Amino acid sequence: MIDGLPASRTVGHGYTYAYLDEQTKRMIRRAVLKAVAVPGYQVPFASREMPMPYGWGTGGIQLTASLIGPSDVLKVIDQGADDTTNAVSIRQFFARTAHVQTTTRTAESTLIQTRHRIPEQPLRAGQIIVYQVPIPEPLRWLEPRETESRRLHALQDYGGMYVKLYEDIARYGRIATAYDYPVLVNGRYLMSPSPIPKFDNPKLDRMPALQLFGAGREKRIYAVPPHTRVESLAFDDHPFQVQKWDQTCVLCGAGDSYLDEVITDDAGGRWFVCSDTDHCTRRRDGGADGGDRRP
Amino acid sequence: MVVIDGPDPPLLTAAGLGKWYGGRVGCRNVDVVVWPGEVVGVVGESGSGKTTLLRCLAGMLAPGVGVVHYRTGEGTVVDVHALPEPRRRRLMRTEWGVVHQNPRDGLRMAVSAGANLGERLLAEGARHYGAVRSRALDWMADVELDTGRIDDRPHAFSGGMQQRLQIGRVLVNRPRLVFMDEPTGGLDVSVQARLLDLLRRLVAELDLAVVLVTHDLGVVRLLADRLLVMRGGEVVESGLTDQVLDDPQHGYTQMLVASVLPV
Repeated sequence: MIDGLPASRTVGHGYTYAYLDEQTKRMIRRAVLKAVAVPGYQVPFASREMPMPYGWGTGGIQLTASLIGPSDVLKVIDQGADDTTNAVSIRQFFARTAHVQTTTRTAESTLIQTRHRIPEQPLRAGQIIVYQVPIPEPLRWLEPRETESRRLHALQDYGGMYVKLYEDIARYGRIATAYDYPVLVNGRYLMSPSPIPKFDNPKLDRMPALQLFGAGREKRIYAVPPHTRVESLAFDDHPFQVQKWDQTCVLCGAGDSYLDEVITDDAGGRWFVCSDTDHCTRRRDGGADGGDRRP
Repeated sequence: MVVIDGPDPPLLTAAGLGKWYGGRVGCRNVDVVVWPGEVVGVVGESGSGKTTLLRCLAGMLAPGVGVVHYRTGEGTVVDVHALPEPRRRRLMRTEWGVVHQNPRDGLRMAVSAGANLGERLLAEGARHYGAVRSRALDWMADVELDTGRIDDRPHAFSGGMQQRLQIGRVLVNRPRLVFMDEPTGGLDVSVQARLLDLLRRLVAELDLAVVLVTHDLGVVRLLADRLLVMRGGEVVESGLTDQVLDDPQHGYTQMLVASVLPV
């Protein structure tokens, strides 16, 4: 029994704690254990219908629901921001169904559910980050048959993936894949890191926090355990590189974070701001200033 | 079976091959020996079991009875159908090659000609873009394609060019044994002639062993050293190509040879 919960284990509105029933959570935890034991391997699970459409993070929510406890502090980000509709809704959902404390501070959180970004502030041991994944299969473009792509994984037959990189260089002169950049986990399984920008790929490598990936529609869970080697695919003469900007964040002046471009008028005006709102706020609270040029 | 003393033992040996689809016969009682550097033609009418035999030999289809032995580059003899799948796959993309009748079956239509040519190299572990690209360029020239079109997709190529691209893609890492299923099917005669010239040159240059399935006697006359004639799933006649075509013994072969329209 979880501390601080009524004996009925239900919370408001007649729901079970954290919305999902206990058998479902147990099933998901079993899949998580298997995923952690085989880093990068996609474990099938019986994904449930959630009170939101597919594509809004049903896989991530199911993972969060089966992991969360009353002592957790939850942070939810969408494209790096804590204040978008999706992030706010999911945070409220768990505040109501799981009675957890929520935060926007990366350092204060114990559980982070994310879509499309990894926080700029390095995660520490003991934290868990849950990614929402639309297409878990990195070989999907290469091999549409699920039976065949599983066989390619089993035989570690990943040469075809390099055809895609070759094609990128032949067409654009460089590896143009900018997000969902394929990685090899622990030297064994090819994995889609979910649509995070490749800027975040180096953060996957040997991260002290536990990384879990949930795809609700595709019914797959996979994981990168703490301190696991994660390499981005590349050629010897075209090594892996992350995006760079000439600009700095107009709000906090950061030059080393992932920047969003914001169009400000119809005369070509634009600024760049940190996509990680917590990172930006923390820097400004510390006195950093990007020379805010907002009209 | 004829035993020939020579410096090299046979590359591929099949004995008593048979494959049934339910009650129907695909092929049966087929013995085939392929020697290094030799082109073996398989002819026969539609439905005579040519493609079934090819697929059994190439490890793509498990035969009902019989065994297929292959002598690998390291000199060990392996039972093709008893190999673990990873090894069989590695064999298929390093020492073997398959040329399909329809180039769309053998090519990756969504990526450029260069990527198609480079795929087997990348699958073998090549990780240097420049090296893969220069090998692809060499092969564009080798199969008589315009090197300036290396970044075009196969869709932009004519049927004959697609077929030449497919052949280049298979030969790029110098396999020892290539299976060809009607490589000239569906091409007009002038394109066929050019393709045959190309194949004849490459087979000689690379010292390839080939199992060539076709219904076109002109193709085997040009390319094949030895010939198997199939009918109803069985080999009815075999021997040197010129011998079989010039002096057919079996009634069916005589009919087949007599059916070729004189120009």
